[in-house]
Amino acid sequence: MRGLDLGPGTRLLGGRGREHFDWALFLVAALLAVIGVINLYSATSVSRASLSEVYIQQVYWLVFGGILATLAAAVDYRHLERMGYAVYGFGVILCVLVFILGRDIRGSSRWINIGSFSLQPSEFMKLFLIIALAKYLHDDPKNEGRSLKDLLIPALLAAVPMILVLEQPDLGTALILGLIFITVCAVTRIQWRSVAALGAGAAVLLPVTWSYVLKDYQKQRITAFLNPDANILGSGWHAHHARVAIGNGGLMGQGFMRGTQNQFLFLPDQHSDFPFAVFAEDWGFLGGLVLVFLYGFLVLWAIRVASTAKDRFGAVLAVGVGSLIFWHAFFNLGMVTGILPVVGVTLPLFSYGGSSVITVLLGIGLLMNVSMRRFYVSPVRSGGLLDG
Amino acid sequence: MGDLLVPRSDVGEFRKRYKWMALVAFLAFFAIVVRLFQLQIVHGAEYQGIAHENIVRRVTLPTTRGVIRDARGKVLASSRPAYDLYVVPGRVMPGARPVRRGRREIDDEETNTWPRIADMLRLNPEDRSHFDARIHAACVTDEDKSPCWRPVLVKEDLARDLVAELRQHQLELTGAEIISAPVRYYPFKNLGAHATGYVAEIDAETLAKYRPEGYEQMSAEDRQKVNPLGYEPGDIVGMTGIEHAWESYLRGRRGWEKRVVDARGRYRSGPDAERLLDAPVREDPIPGRDLRLTLDIELEQGIEKAMRGQTAGAVVVVDVRTGRLLALYSKPDFDPNDVSGGGGKERMRETFNKLYEDPLHPIIDKTMTGSFQPGSTFKPFSALAALEDKLLDPDEKERCDGYIAFGRRLFKCAHVHGKVNMHEAIAESCNIYFVKVAEAAGMDRIARIATEFGFGTKTGIGVNPEAPGRIPTRSWYALRYRGQFRIGFTVNSTIGQGADTVTPLQLALAYAALANGGTLYSPQIVRAVEAGGNVVVQDFPPRVRHKVQIRPENLAFVNDALYGVVNDPKGTVYPVRDTGLDVAGKTGTAQTGYVAEATKDPKEQYYLAQNHAWFAAYSPSKSPEIAVAVLIEHGGSGPTVAAPMALQIIREYERLDAIRTGRPPPKPSAGTPASLGRGGVKKTASSTVGGPP
Repeated sequence: MRGLDLGPGTRLLGGRGREHFDWALFLVAALLAVIGVINLYSATSVSRASLSEVYIQQVYWLVFGGILATLAAAVDYRHLERMGYAVYGFGVILCVLVFILGRDIRGSSRWINIGSFSLQPSEFMKLFLIIALAKYLHDDPKNEGRSLKDLLIPALLAAVPMILVLEQPDLGTALILGLIFITVCAVTRIQWRSVAALGAGAAVLLPVTWSYVLKDYQKQRITAFLNPDANILGSGWHAHHARVAIGNGGLMGQGFMRGTQNQFLFLPDQHSDFPFAVFAEDWGFLGGLVLVFLYGFLVLWAIRVASTAKDRFGAVLAVGVGSLIFWHAFFNLGMVTGILPVVGVTLPLFSYGGSSVITVLLGIGLLMNVSMRRFYVSPVRSGGLLDG
Repeated sequence: MGDLLVPRSDVGEFRKRYKWMALVAFLAFFAIVVRLFQLQIVHGAEYQGIAHENIVRRVTLPTTRGVIRDARGKVLASSRPAYDLYVVPGRVMPGARPVRRGRREIDDEETNTWPRIADMLRLNPEDRSHFDARIHAACVTDEDKSPCWRPVLVKEDLARDLVAELRQHQLELTGAEIISAPVRYYPFKNLGAHATGYVAEIDAETLAKYRPEGYEQMSAEDRQKVNPLGYEPGDIVGMTGIEHAWESYLRGRRGWEKRVVDARGRYRSGPDAERLLDAPVREDPIPGRDLRLTLDIELEQGIEKAMRGQTAGAVVVVDVRTGRLLALYSKPDFDPNDVSGGGGKERMRETFNKLYEDPLHPIIDKTMTGSFQPGSTFKPFSALAALEDKLLDPDEKERCDGYIAFGRRLFKCAHVHGKVNMHEAIAESCNIYFVKVAEAAGMDRIARIATEFGFGTKTGIGVNPEAPGRIPTRSWYALRYRGQFRIGFTVNSTIGQGADTVTPLQLALAYAALANGGTLYSPQIVRAVEAGGNVVVQDFPPRVRHKVQIRPENLAFVNDALYGVVNDPKGTVYPVRDTGLDVAGKTGTAQTGYVAEATKDPKEQYYLAQNHAWFAAYSPSKSPEIAVAVLIEHGGSGPTVAAPMALQIIREYERLDAIRTGRPPPKPSAGTPASLGRGGVKKTASSTVGGPP
């Protein structure tokens, strides 16, 4: 038995899968996960009883997510291609269900309870959107630049979940969905006219969004970002104390579990949205540099995987997953360091949260999938050679 | 499986984009690194400072106010802990909070603890419903800053056993908080209240003087300059008496300590937390200094007993050899515990209202703040004025018919004295003789002698506001009256009437000067400053204020006459004298010049129409130790009202002195003043009549 045979080139942990296993991707992801758990331990070590077991919970999620990722890597992604729209539809239904079954946490309903677990469908929706976009672009090859009309369907694919997520309301996730869509569009060839039209559209939509879509607390965060010292005790509290924590780290850091901003509870949401502040305070500039390098590597590696992918679906999948990791990491780090407004965006594998961890690991699993199958040669074009 | 063999799509469309994407990603992460460099390396030290400030808080350490003790170490004022009970409405009555979706949803674990707290406090139904209403009113909203979360004072100064009971059940009594605060405690209550004074929370006006605008921004040095005692809102300060005058000694100085505090304001301790503190970590508080007074509270107890039947008055007892005050007694008085916060704010307000409405002014220290006509107690000084310049032969007799027509006015005497010389005139208190003294000496000579003895100027005791009193001169009258100067003014000033006023303190000190041969001492009430236990930090020796320039033979003559007041069979005090004591003194019955007001209660009018009764004395007459001045306001006649009081006080002094030094107590009097009628006096007269010293 050489592993589970799911088709040519897809025998689980055997055959070509083993030969082409992407060790770099695996090691970097594993390293991030391990550092993330250690950091979570520091972040929650002084918290109330309800948070003190969070890092253990995170380990469970990582194990569970790892198993799912293994499956996602093992099954040839081209199976996924066929089911692209079905998967997308499933995700949209889940997002609608949130409104019916949802549970209020801090004024927004993002979760569905399954037993004792709470599922956050909007997280998975990011992957489903990537798959759907990949499917669409896979089926719609173009040699000349795409016009606005050509982009209408993908735009709709992105818009539906975005509106649903904004209604929850969850600005961060909607933002990420939009950015994934834009990134995926950017990989295609688009007419200049269309780009100009899109830019003009965005310029019109921005003020509309400000006055009709954004909630008051969201606006406050943005004004707090533009004027950071105005309201330190109110809307600027998060950003101010995160900045102080990072600065407090200095070059070498205060040492593991010794960052005073975290240990003395000045960092709110230190386990969900602000784990990097804890990390930077404990490990300093050098630690932060290592972490940024790891994320950067992951994103560049995803682009490399995309460039070596042998079909359009795989390429878009890799770009999508890469953009997912990039935007999450960039927005989170930018928000924590104060160069971007506070938007609730998680830091991949660092932030606590089952849905987030599983989504990221599934994404890395898909990336691994595309990476492992990059040497697969199209049987038709390359003269029908099969592996052997 | 066959589906997987469909032709693979063309990826050429994407090829050109990858390197741009990689560049964007690289630049984005590079921006983050630059930002990290900026925060951690460039501004690192700055943020480290902010982070340090976030967790280090300077906590002030309270100090304790000094203890005030009497001459023999009895505590007159100290501090005791008091416990107040507060409740947080939203937590003792979760049921009172509005029911709605939101953050403050009521847990199942929360129970209404208020009924149980009210039971334990044994609140009466009225108070109970009052607080029920307040709690419900407070919890109309339950936002973060709603009164729902602000503690409400329910009961002040809880009894000790109640505190113990509440503490025992603390875990079940959610929302109840016991706050402890020191309260000034005066064990002898009313006794010596005017001299000791009382304390109160610093008022806004006084505080603004010490903490002007911008105080918070001042440097530590400037703060020390404008607010040397470090007053803060809510501080306790001395309001009157020693508590006020010696505030800077009693108060002590706060210390501070750096503590590690988390974002929720909770203190953290342990080596991990203390490692974060930078030196210096602590400045110890300096406790207030203790004061040792010259007052003898046991003597005050005796005075209080003697004065029990009287409505209002004042007593001063001074050691003639040092000027140290043994007793300062003013009646009516008040309980400083009630006005210093012991028993709660409500009690304080009530007491103050009562004190200020009282027509007898219980809050005023009559020993030094009040000035009164001295009446005949002033005569020795007028006599000295005439004697000093040999203007009068003391042996020459003057005839007293009980009155003298003087210009348009008729001066009356107590009774017809017949022919009297100066000695007899003082002993028997003949006003007619003193008309001759007035004519002989003149107003300004009398004023000069009176000033020599300290009248007309403040004694400088510095305890309570002092009245200077008044000794009129011709120029004073010239300024005040447009009309012709009249010899009647001089007569008045000679016999301590009219414009003459003195404080009981001045009178006692002047008699002490008569007794000790002419040394006028500065009155002394604080004998020593002590620190913890009985370590004397600073000792105050007696201070001579003035050496009276008077010829000794004249002084001896007057002292002899004062002895006669008590011991000559015709002396004014002879009928009530105490044969066990050796006393010299002078009575006084001062007309108050009260003009009836029709609007007032007749009973009050009658009272106010009465004369002030005085007796100023020293004892023993041959080697004097103490001088006493007794004033009974509107008490009537000096010899029958004030003198027995003073004798009783002197007897109490002798008794205490005997007990303390192991001497035999003074012989009992041949009879008590009450049982002594005029007939009784005759019986003992022969045995006690002795020559003057």
